[in-house]
This record gives sequence, C-alpha cells and structure tokens, in this order.
Amino acid sequence: MLKHILTRLALAALLVAGGLQNAQAAERFITVASTTSTANSGLFDHILPLFTDKTGIEVRVVAVGTGQAIKLARNGDADVLFVHHKPSEEAFVADGFGVERVDVMYNDFVIVGPSEDPAGIKASSDVLQALNTIAQSGAPFASRGDDSGTHKRERSLWKEAGIDSPSGDWYRETGSGMGATLNTAHGMGAYALTDRATWLSFKNKDGFEIIFEGDKRMFNQYGIIAVSPDKFPHVKIDDATAFVNWVVSKDGQAAIADYTVGGTQLFFPNAPMQGS
Amino acid sequence: MENDPSAMALAVNLVLEGDYQLYGIIGLSLQVSLLATLIATGIGLPLAAWLAIARFPGRGAAVTVLNAMLGLPPVVVGLFVYLSLSRAGPLGELGLLFTPAAMVIAQTILITPIVAAIGLRSLEDFNTEYAEQLRALGLSRRERAWTLLAEARFSLATAVLAGFGRAVAEVGAVMIVGGNIAGVTRVMTTAIALETSKGDLALALALGLVLIAIALSVNAAASLIREIGRRSAGEITIRGEA
Repeated sequence: MLKHILTRLALAALLVAGGLQNAQAAERFITVASTTSTANSGLFDHILPLFTDKTGIEVRVVAVGTGQAIKLARNGDADVLFVHHKPSEEAFVADGFGVERVDVMYNDFVIVGPSEDPAGIKASSDVLQALNTIAQSGAPFASRGDDSGTHKRERSLWKEAGIDSPSGDWYRETGSGMGATLNTAHGMGAYALTDRATWLSFKNKDGFEIIFEGDKRMFNQYGIIAVSPDKFPHVKIDDATAFVNWVVSKDGQAAIADYTVGGTQLFFPNAPMQGS
Repeated sequence: MENDPSAMALAVNLVLEGDYQLYGIIGLSLQVSLLATLIATGIGLPLAAWLAIARFPGRGAAVTVLNAMLGLPPVVVGLFVYLSLSRAGPLGELGLLFTPAAMVIAQTILITPIVAAIGLRSLEDFNTEYAEQLRALGLSRRERAWTLLAEARFSLATAVLAGFGRAVAEVGAVMIVGGNIAGVTRVMTTAIALETSKGDLALALALGLVLIAIALSVNAAASLIREIGRRSAGEITIRGEA
C-alpha cells in the first residue's frame, strides 16, 4: 500500500522534474550581472532580443545593486558585469577578475521629491548646496543604504557637500533597491537620489517630480566587463566577448540610443568608437 | 491612487489575455514548488513517523529543533544555498546557480521542517490511539512507522499542503538563488517583487491575486481528493485527543 504511494510520489517527481528540464532547454546562454536601473527601465528588454537574434546567444540578466552584482561576478557567478560605478569596476579589473572595462553609455542622477519642495532646493546653484539645504531643513531624505552604485554616488556627494556621514531623524536608509526606495520616499514625502532611467520608467509617482537636476557631478557612467577566464575557467569567454563587443559596436550603441520611454531617451551611448 | 479598484480587473485581464508571459511564470512557480513539496514530503514524513515512534534520549530536543525550524527565514536559506552553489562555493562545479533546480533545493530546505513538524503532530495523535494495538500485533518499529503513515495519510495532507503553501508564497530564497531571470527563473513571487520595485503597484497586486487564486485552487483540489479518499477508505478521524 505505502510502497504504492511512494512509487507514485517518485513518478510524480520525475514528471515535474522532466518538465523543468524542458523549460531549461536553451543551450547557449551567458549570465550578465547588472543593475536594477538597466533591467527595470526596460532597456534590456529592448536591446537583448536584437543581440540574441543576431548571434543565437541567450542573455540571462541577474539584476541587483551594483555592489551585489560585483560580488556575484567576483564569485564567478556571472560571465559579464554591466554596472555603474567606475572606481569599483576599475578595482574589479585591477584585481584580475575582469578582462577589460569599457564605457558603454551614460545618463544622470536626479533628486526627486514632493512637488511642493518642502526644503526649497529647486533654486540651488549646485547639488552640494541642494544637499546642504535638505540637511539643514530637516526634510526627510531616503537613502538606498545598500552599497549600490547609486548609494556609493550619494555618499560621495554628501562628503563633497561637507557632510561626512549624514544622520538624524531626517536621514532614512531603506537598505533596498531603487524602486523600493522610491516607493518608501513616496510614502513618507522624502527626497531621494535616483538615476533618471529608473525615475522615468517608475510608475508610482503621483505628487512627486524631479526637484533638482543638471549638475555635472551627477553624471552617471555605465561600463561593461567580461569576467576573466584566467580567474574562472568556466566563464563562457567567447560568448561573453561577443556580447561586450556587440554592446559597444555601432549596432549595439544604436539600439541603446533608440530606447525611449514616453518619448524620452533614457541612456546615451558613449562607447569609444570602433568598427561594427 | 486608483490601484485597488483596477487591480482585480487587471488580474482578470492578465489571465484572459495571457500576456506578461503569465502562463510560463505560473507554470514555473507550480513546477518548482510542487517538486520541492514532493521531495520535502519524501524526507519529512518518514522523519516524522520515526520521531513519532522512536524513544531515545534527546528526542525532545530533536522535536524542539524541528519545531524551531518552522521559523527558518527564507532569505537565510537562500543565502546558504547561494553560498553552497556559487562557483566560489563547495558545489559550484555543478553550475546550478540561477536555475530552477537551485530554487527547488532552497524551497525543499525551507519546507521539509514544515512537513515534518506538522506531520509529526498528526502522527503523534494516531500513535497515542493505536500504539497498543500496533505493539500487540507484534510489528517491528519500521512496520509500525509505515502503518502509521498509511493510516494517517489523509490527515497528513494538511502538512503537505502547508509546505506547498509556504513554498509557492516565499520570495526571499528564490530571488537569491534563482536571480529572477526573465523566462528562466522568474516565478510569481519574484515577478510581484519586480513590479512593486518598478512602482507598478496595480500590476503587482493583480499578479498577487492570481497567485492567491492558484493557491486556492491547489488547496481546493487537495481537499476534494482527501474527502473522496476518506470516504472510500473509511478512515477514522481523530480530533483533539491528547
């Protein structure tokens, strides 16, 4: 009786597992560790099919914060790293984990907040003044607090503004991704630093808008790196290199420039020119 | 915000139109969680039967540990499985990270204690009731365990369903070990988390409603089977004697 039940259980398990095998059938793929801004903005949905059609290589994107993406790649769990914090990317290559770092595209960071601008930062001459005004007014500011590219940039901006480690009731670290932080900021009427792409494609923003933008210090550069096969022999270096080369090629760069949300271009390609 | 009124309509629409690769995502959710439930059942119920019958020093402590593991945080399980399956980890060679198999492993670890602990509770009831008779029949310990499992099989469905419910609803572990890769490891819960982070709260809520509907159907199907089985087997239900 019970043997019978066990046999049936085992059969069922085999059937379900067989289904999983089919679902996993894609033979040729690479894993890209990237940031939420590139994935959540829809950029990858736009450009990756073009690459896959051309080469037959499927691209699997794991979208996490820049800090976590680098950690994944340092463990050998990705073939390509595509993030936005140049100093960490250069350290990654210098430590022997990456082949070479190449510029891909840029956009910029903006400060968003309640439309009524409670701290009055709209007229600030630069981002440093804007941050100082927020700190002095005690208006809430939501920080990522998660070691992401955006968080690293935010900390260096505070430092430049003369506030080494912002703290107090008004400074709230969410410890989560960009979208979750924007949801939190929205919920408590706080300012937040975000990349423009995530903001433009973000949907939950009634009563919120870009309050401060346009400072050169808020430039946001993205880079791409193939993970080193010397460090990790299992890295699919040929396909990874094909992807890196395509992203910085004329075709890849055009695909990035093509991508718009509501008529606005989200990323501006700036890879060093080379033949396509 | 008009999220709430539109979510239900959006949910119906999602199901009817079948866009958002919804059926693929639902299918993967069910496959991963059902497989994890089957494996957890295969490990958890025999463990529960053994604990129900065996008497050894430290059994009390073992049961306490088992009960405490009901509260395993999914993120911690995810992290543990990630560290094991990472290329830098002991099982990195297998290349299982960011695959559905990794998600099955994480969910199995998460729900085996649930199936075992809840199963143990019903088996102990049965054991109290039948221990004398089983011993009188001169059955070995192993035979007694099998008999208990067979006799209690319809009550044990609750334990199995509780395990499935936890598996299909958790997000922390599968997010870490699956990576929420579109078309490969994206399941209902990670899709909901993703849409929430994009600020598309209506779509997230709609997906949540679909997930609840699925959980409801699985449970309804299971209780139907249990009811039919109970009637044909004429099992005696034991309630609250302890």
